[in-house]
Amino acid sequence: MSLIHEIDYGTPRSKSDTMVTLTIDGETMTVPEGTSIMRAAMEMGTEIPKLCATDMVDAFGSCRLCLVEIEGRAGTPASCTTPVMPGMVVKTQTERLKRLRKGVMELYISDHPLDCLTCAANGDCELQDMAGAVGLRDVRYGHEGHNHPNPGLDESNPYFTYDPSKCIVCSRCVRACEEVQGTFALTIAGRGFDSVVSPGMEESFLGSECVSCGACVQACPTATLTEKSVIEIGQPEHSVITTCAYCGVGCTFKAEMRGNEVVRMVPWKDGKANRGHSCVKGRFAWGYASHKERILNPMIRVSITDPWREVSWEEAIAHTASEFKRIQAKYGRLAIGGITSSRCTNEETFLVQKLIRGGFGNNNVDTCARVCHSPTGYGLSQTYGTSAGTQDFDSVEHSDVILLIGANPTDAHPVFGSRMKKRLREGAKLIVLDPRRIDLVRMPHVEASYHLPLRPGTNVAVLTALAHVVVTEGLADEHFVRERCDWDEFQDWAAFVADPRNSPEAISELSGVPAEDIRAAARLYATGGNGAIYYGLGVTEHSQGSTTVMAIANLAMATGNIGRPGVGVNPLRGQNNVQGACDMGSFPHELSGYRHVSGDETRALFEALWGVPLDHEPGLRIPNMLDAAVDGVFKGLYVQGEDILQSDPDTRHVAAGLAAMECVVVQDLFLNETANYAHVFLPGSTFLEKDGTFTNAERRIQRVRKVMPSKSGKADWEITIDLANAMGFSMAYAHPSEIMDEIARLTPSFAGVSYAKLEAEGSVQWPCNEHAPHGTPVMHVDGFVRGKGRFMVTEYVATDERTGPRFPLLLTTGRILSQYNVGAQTRRTANVVWHGEDRLEIHPHDAEQRGVHDGQWVKLASRSGETSLRALITERVAPGVVYTTFHHPGTQANVVTTDFSDWATNCPEYKVTAVQVMPSNGPTAWQESYDEQARTSRRIEPIVEAAE
Amino acid sequence: MSSDRSSDKLVYMANQIGKFFASQGEAKAPAAIAEHLKKFWDPRMRAGIVAHLEAGGAGLDPLVREAVQRLRETMSAK
Ligand code: SF4
Ligand code: SF4
Ligand code: SF4
Ligand code: FES
Repeated sequence: MSLIHEIDYGTPRSKSDTMVTLTIDGETMTVPEGTSIMRAAMEMGTEIPKLCATDMVDAFGSCRLCLVEIEGRAGTPASCTTPVMPGMVVKTQTERLKRLRKGVMELYISDHPLDCLTCAANGDCELQDMAGAVGLRDVRYGHEGHNHPNPGLDESNPYFTYDPSKCIVCSRCVRACEEVQGTFALTIAGRGFDSVVSPGMEESFLGSECVSCGACVQACPTATLTEKSVIEIGQPEHSVITTCAYCGVGCTFKAEMRGNEVVRMVPWKDGKANRGHSCVKGRFAWGYASHKERILNPMIRVSITDPWREVSWEEAIAHTASEFKRIQAKYGRLAIGGITSSRCTNEETFLVQKLIRGGFGNNNVDTCARVCHSPTGYGLSQTYGTSAGTQDFDSVEHSDVILLIGANPTDAHPVFGSRMKKRLREGAKLIVLDPRRIDLVRMPHVEASYHLPLRPGTNVAVLTALAHVVVTEGLADEHFVRERCDWDEFQDWAAFVADPRNSPEAISELSGVPAEDIRAAARLYATGGNGAIYYGLGVTEHSQGSTTVMAIANLAMATGNIGRPGVGVNPLRGQNNVQGACDMGSFPHELSGYRHVSGDETRALFEALWGVPLDHEPGLRIPNMLDAAVDGVFKGLYVQGEDILQSDPDTRHVAAGLAAMECVVVQDLFLNETANYAHVFLPGSTFLEKDGTFTNAERRIQRVRKVMPSKSGKADWEITIDLANAMGFSMAYAHPSEIMDEIARLTPSFAGVSYAKLEAEGSVQWPCNEHAPHGTPVMHVDGFVRGKGRFMVTEYVATDERTGPRFPLLLTTGRILSQYNVGAQTRRTANVVWHGEDRLEIHPHDAEQRGVHDGQWVKLASRSGETSLRALITERVAPGVVYTTFHHPGTQANVVTTDFSDWATNCPEYKVTAVQVMPSNGPTAWQESYDEQARTSRRIEPIVEAAE
Repeated sequence: MSSDRSSDKLVYMANQIGKFFASQGEAKAPAAIAEHLKKFWDPRMRAGIVAHLEAGGAGLDPLVREAVQRLRETMSAK
């Protein structure tokens, strides 16, 4: 292993299909039209000296180092800004060019501090490299010329520093922030020698608009913008390609290492999901892996009021197996179950469900996707025949109209958000359907054509009204529908949506969205060219979540927006491996590849390989497990990498369910909230410590590679294997690749997947099999997976969660950029500088009525319970709506959410809770007693006998 | 399921499912509802809702009542 040096071609790749042939240094070269001379030269292996050009941003032409000579042209044009022409004859190295370049470098160096030996970028500095490349040996102007008036070092960002004395004013950072990230946080202030890079209105990085994505740090050729970890540790010496473990975008990174220590994470240019970009979480927030609160030894205890006792792996595994066997002997085969994780790898998830189905002998397996995207699976399989998004991320580059529903990509899926913003800056139109005025509604260089700020809970009504306009104004794509969909079902559906009660005018009052806006948005989506729908948890986490997904699917079919790049229906998945966890058979009714357990043929396939009979009845879902526990018939639970106490609705009910069980086993990195109710704790491993694969929101299967040994001694898949063997269900795998081979053998859509293929192709999108050996970027191209696309009638049914005099406001929940899900990882990184606590967003009008001031503690009460947090007064939320995140356990937002759920999948209705808000003095009694209980529960006794 | 709270919850959930399939009309809806229950509810929940029907089926919407009746027949047929 060595450090991977990606080639910098100097300017971005041209997308043209027209080819141009020219001669460079006597060699003939053919490249796409629009390619720069610099890039053409690099493609044949000749590196023209450069400073201000880099291939992540457009050329700017300011440093004058990349000069070339072109036959028949006067002067020495810059090769980064000069495009190739047919027949051009270019020389990259002549006496004149050498002299000019030396002169340029001399000026740069005379103005630059010469502390190279102690500089953090020593060994990774393009200024050094270029001085070497042009053969600079002498500086005639002396070295004392650096007269930058602003030596102010800015260390405000927790992850990188800005040292203006080293800045060569190449503006690569400014362009990266604009073109790659789309935040426009940086400018060059001042002129000439006085010019300097400045965040915002000459603020500090932390105080500016900067979202800490790190694109500028990556773009900077000098030590001006440098990772603090590089300053502290030094330059890395080898790198390993791996996949981010935070969100469903699935960015690929080079983990740059020194020994077993991560020096920095650098997004990989060849990563097909991120194309070389990242967000603050993936690039910087990996410090949790070595956080002092991480648990590294297995622990057990008899009662949840006892302190934990550290034990050996052998004892922990034997104890767990004997407890599960005891419970099954006493209460029956169905009395135990397990939960797989959307944070763990595909291989790990597959093994957990295999243990439950094969070893426990029942189908009581579920996953936290239950609480986020289960309606996506149901809704899309009913209409299209497959439980996944239809496009790859590259597709957005071909979209003309983007309809964004209940998703906030700039916060929750930042790198995809940046790619979307780029397309919007190129002229695509945006329609936002969201109760909150998310950033994309209006931000620098992006403005939504329409924002439909609907009342929480009225998604189905508004989507059906959009369809009403499409059908009644003759905007449906009849050709597509006749050819690709069931025509009879379409007609039933068309008659339903055309009914006047579904018109925008009829829906306007109930949804709070003006009828004209619904009409205009529908016209734009149906007629504006390639229309793409992206949606998030604001769609699924409702009592009509599945219906909403079907309404979305209907709309895309009716307008012919399916089956080619630029269109489609795209769920933006929350956690990194939600798609994979669903694919791997984590749901109680489905084996891997979404095949129902009642299918005799499918079961026979698994039974033959696993050597045990499988139950043909669906098992319990998470809420059903908790209900059954409260009823006294469900007694044991194996939870891998999830924190259901914090993430699931109605915390008191979850707590009651867990407390009623006799053996709760939590496998995680930290003593999470669920562990307060656990009897066994098995320390898990981070993504840096194991091999495997994750599947992102575009169905892309990507490798996770071990960069350091497991700190607890075992990767999560190894723990499951030990547990299975201890229970008498034999499992033997030497490496996760063997688990993938088994998945491929048992799952038609994965039949062509293997580690060898992933190694060769970088990544593949399922289905990957004999029909699509290289995977499937866009689905339903020639026909729907289910055959004919199926229109479903989507009658609006108001949620039973209604506002009234006691609870007049609607609470909706979400997440922010710097934090992740329940925050177990991000809270243990410096990301807390951006989000130290969850706040309740409330409209000024509602705040004033209640005498609530900004920053004041307020009590948030619903039918289920109450909690306290501090208020943030903002017009982002509409009057009548309040909003909070759920990243901090102290907030206990889920004490307030109810147990209403999606009719088809029981996905909880997080997005609508009727609440009241009133000033308060601080945390509620429940929060205080919870805190106390959590503290007591986390006591650990010192180890009694030495673990090996 | 024994307690009232849990059978109330089952009735609520079954009716919720019924509301979606109601649009398919009286002829098709009961079969669709029964199929959904069979595919997604574990045996204990199905037994619970059938027991509730046998005890009078209070609160079940008409289409759902018919669906649970069908479910009961398929279960006893096995
Ligand atoms: S870290 Fe990202 S957002 Fe911040 S200034 Fe740099 S490029 Fe812009
Ligand atoms: S901070 Fe770095 S990238 Fe930005 S202008 Fe200065 S040297 Fe160039
Ligand atoms: S966008 Fe998602 S996958 Fe990419 S770096 Fe950020 S958290 Fe990781
Ligand atoms: S690299 Fe071309 S002008 Fe700077």
